[in-house]
Amino acid sequence: MNTLKYAFTGLKRDWYSGELRLIGISILIAVACLTSVSFFTDRVRRATEQQATELLAADLVLFSSAKIKNEHIDTARESDLIISLNESFRSVVVKGDKLELAEVKAVDSSYPIRGHLRTSENLFGKENITDTIPTPGSVWVDSRLLQTLQVKSGGIINLGAAEFIVEKILTYEPDRGGDLFNIAPRLLMNRADLDKTELILPGSRIQYRLLLGGESEKIDRYRKQINVEDDDHLRIQGIKDARPEIRSALERAEQFLGLAALVSIALAGLAIAMSAQRFAIRHYDVCAIMRCLGLQQRQITQIYFFQLMLLGLICSFIGCVIGFFAQEGLNQMMIGMTQQSLPEPSWRPVLSGVFTGLITVLAFALPQLIRLRKISPLRVLRKDLTPAPLNNYVIYALAIMALVLFSPWQSGDIKLTIYTIAGLFLTAIVFAISAKLMIKLLRQLQPRLKMAARYGLANVARRSNQSVMQITGIGLGVTVMILLTLVRTDLLEGWQNRLPDNAPNYFLINIQPDQVANIKAYLSEALGKDVELHPMIRGRLSKINDDNVNPDDYDDPRATRLAAREFNLSYADKMQEDNRLVAGNWWSQKSSANPYFSVEEGIAETLGINMGDILTYSVAGQDISGEVVNLRWVEWDSFNVNFFVVSNTEALQSYPSTFISSLFIPDTERSVLIDIVKQYPSITVFDIDAILKQVRAIMNQVVRTVEFVFIFTILTGIAVLFAALQSTHDERTHESALMSALGASRKQVISGLVAEFMLLGFITGLLSAIAASIIELALAEYVFKMDIIINPLIWLIAPLVCCLIIVATGLFGTRKVLASSPMLVLRNT
Amino acid sequence: MDSNSNNIVQAKALGKQVPSPEGTLTILDDINLSIKQGESLAVIGVSGSGKSTLLGLLAGLDIPTSGKVILNGTILNDLDEDGRAKIRNQSVGFVFQSFHLLPGLTALENTALPLELAGSEQADEIAKQKLADVGLSERIHHYPNQLSGGEQQRVAIARAFAGNPQILFADEPTGNLDQKTAKRIIDLLFKMNKENGTTLIMVTHDNAIAKLCDRKVIMTGGQLSEDT
Repeated sequence: MNTLKYAFTGLKRDWYSGELRLIGISILIAVACLTSVSFFTDRVRRATEQQATELLAADLVLFSSAKIKNEHIDTARESDLIISLNESFRSVVVKGDKLELAEVKAVDSSYPIRGHLRTSENLFGKENITDTIPTPGSVWVDSRLLQTLQVKSGGIINLGAAEFIVEKILTYEPDRGGDLFNIAPRLLMNRADLDKTELILPGSRIQYRLLLGGESEKIDRYRKQINVEDDDHLRIQGIKDARPEIRSALERAEQFLGLAALVSIALAGLAIAMSAQRFAIRHYDVCAIMRCLGLQQRQITQIYFFQLMLLGLICSFIGCVIGFFAQEGLNQMMIGMTQQSLPEPSWRPVLSGVFTGLITVLAFALPQLIRLRKISPLRVLRKDLTPAPLNNYVIYALAIMALVLFSPWQSGDIKLTIYTIAGLFLTAIVFAISAKLMIKLLRQLQPRLKMAARYGLANVARRSNQSVMQITGIGLGVTVMILLTLVRTDLLEGWQNRLPDNAPNYFLINIQPDQVANIKAYLSEALGKDVELHPMIRGRLSKINDDNVNPDDYDDPRATRLAAREFNLSYADKMQEDNRLVAGNWWSQKSSANPYFSVEEGIAETLGINMGDILTYSVAGQDISGEVVNLRWVEWDSFNVNFFVVSNTEALQSYPSTFISSLFIPDTERSVLIDIVKQYPSITVFDIDAILKQVRAIMNQVVRTVEFVFIFTILTGIAVLFAALQSTHDERTHESALMSALGASRKQVISGLVAEFMLLGFITGLLSAIAASIIELALAEYVFKMDIIINPLIWLIAPLVCCLIIVATGLFGTRKVLASSPMLVLRNT
Repeated sequence: MDSNSNNIVQAKALGKQVPSPEGTLTILDDINLSIKQGESLAVIGVSGSGKSTLLGLLAGLDIPTSGKVILNGTILNDLDEDGRAKIRNQSVGFVFQSFHLLPGLTALENTALPLELAGSEQADEIAKQKLADVGLSERIHHYPNQLSGGEQQRVAIARAFAGNPQILFADEPTGNLDQKTAKRIIDLLFKMNKENGTTLIMVTHDNAIAKLCDRKVIMTGGQLSEDT
């Protein structure tokens, strides 16, 4: 017998008779959901990265203290990348008798490759986005330079040997970043004018930059081609190496999207498992007859394996097509919301979609269908001979295994994955036990109930195992849905709230110790609130314990960079409010004169610093050594002043320091800044409003994306619900026919079903709300490191919403049951 | 309303056709039948002769493609499904070959079901009485899977008589029972039928059971003939 041919004809027959449609549609939904999520997240991820690239003004930047080698430029040209070269250096800008040290950047017309420059005509005036750069002979300067030089738009300044007209006020340049706190006033000029300034001389401290833009594959390839190690001067920065706050926003975005995709797979798998169970049961007789006619067990396995593979392939491809159009629809929605189109989708999600479709159908459906080989041929005579049922928990175990397989690929975050899987697994067990107990308890009520409620409860209780499976399946889905709702409302809001509207928008730096008291008093009075000033001491990490710190000893480029540069150290009696201890204790206010260090956990991990290590810093030519007594988690997103390393006050107080403060100054009170700059010319005011806006825009996009992805998760959850209902479809049809034969009106049959679905909904909702709250607390505590208060209303709303969803979906899913003719009771004997 | 009030069930020129790949298939063809109140009628015939279809049409479980069924003076064709359900609830009882008890309900709950559907306040009391009538007083709280086949059919009989129907339709009521149990069930069915003054319309293969009825009709290829 040609099993492949039989599988194919069987597939056609079972499809037309509706037998395989359930599994097929489940695969289709699964793959459609997954690919649309993958397509969409792929595009959003690229869009988000693109947005983050604005902070680099490019997709990749090569920095060098020597002229960028031509070979790097040539390779970039050959790789079909957009190229922009610029030089930046510090130089004195002169206007009459006034001098000011400024950060000069000479750019070409391709600058910036990502993002836009913004300028204004007047000091603190309205910002305009521009795609141009200063025309030759003119420069754009920032407000500080304008103020200190007391020059106006159209005025003349001198830079090196050349004169320039001040054309505009530069309010924003995408890559103004770098080290936020060591920034001088800015001046932007045309690269064509560089020679006439005569400032580029041998030995001048100049940073040469090669900005590159292009498709991510090309950028990745280029990055691999460039050998940084061969070039001592060269440093390379992509968006992943960008500043901590951007990196953490991106990482979190990927976590959210990965989590949603993971859940979609799990739910789709459950739907397939449930559908496959029904398919298997309905094929007992067919298999018994085939076995009776001489088919071997091996052939039965082959037939169903081929059938599933064929079905998986066909439905996966169709699912991919649907997924593609679904995500395109989302993209259209996004255009309306963001006025910005997403990058074109790549074809990678198709491959992963088909792969996932096949794996999912094999993992979830095959175990059910393999049971068919165990059908006894004697079943043709004795209908009660059924193969031992596959334990429902085996299905959940398979689901978890599949999750483990899929998760690293989807979520890219081991910690989040472990928490999610452990959460789902525990929830499943707790659900099953709680559901069983609740049903048992409720059954005691059955004699006291009226017809519809009694019938509904009887149905739930009679199919106790099935109900437990349904509650567990749907419950897991709803749990995650609630979890995502909570994630959205609690975690995301919590996350966004960390960046409240009054997040600091200005940094004041270079405050001298003797100015601290006066400035504190002035600002506190002007702004009506206490302002904190933090000491800042420059120091280079020279030793960890007895080992000298050598940048070359680190493989990680970030570690190399950190080891090479000077740190901004600080000292404090109390830990900052947005920090949290992850190890050790904070020192008491009256600590001994022994130096202690508190290190941010990320940098500790990167540099290999552990609790109890003795760190030696070289500060102003002196070595200071102290023990690491605690590790801190720092909320970089807050934009508050934060330090990688903080010591106790006694340790660093005597070293030369400047002070720094972060402030929120509303637009209406910007004159305070002008006053400060006038009174204390040495203080530098750094405007981070623009960067904040950008970070906030990225966050908003992430939130919207999670919402979209969340809609797909709900769809897969509903697929599970349908599969669960379909698994009891035959029984329900028969019972409905019987009720009708006994004289039940349509309304009475419906009220019985409503009672049953409401009961299921109530139990599911209640358990889901409890489980989701617990998981959410765990996620908030251990992953997002936030304090959240669970809204108690959720425990009321969740059962209500579950009832509504389950009753509505249930009635829709059983509409054919209601249409069943009472004649069935005479035919189905 | 039909003029002949003595006939509780009437079939007039009853026909049932269903579409099939080979064209229209005639299952019942021009059936005319009148059954008097209190009468017992056996419908016999080979498998596929249309017995069950006829029973379904007479009981209002299905509607004919031609002709009409008058049940207790009401023309069933004129009613919608809910209307027919109401008639079934008020006037008709069923006993099926596969018992068809709802597995989630106890014997008592199964018996009380038609009464509850009719909105009866004394559903449980009546159901208890009917279960006592069939000798199952001790097993009222048992679920169907805790009862033997014979016991399940007795619950079905109790359920059938619970609403005091005027007509009882029985579809091969002993088909799934062993001979000894089958005899007991038939005895019980006829006894209760007599006590309740119910009209009995029974489909059966078994000539011996058919002989217990007042009248016999034979179905052959969708056509009906009286067995004299």
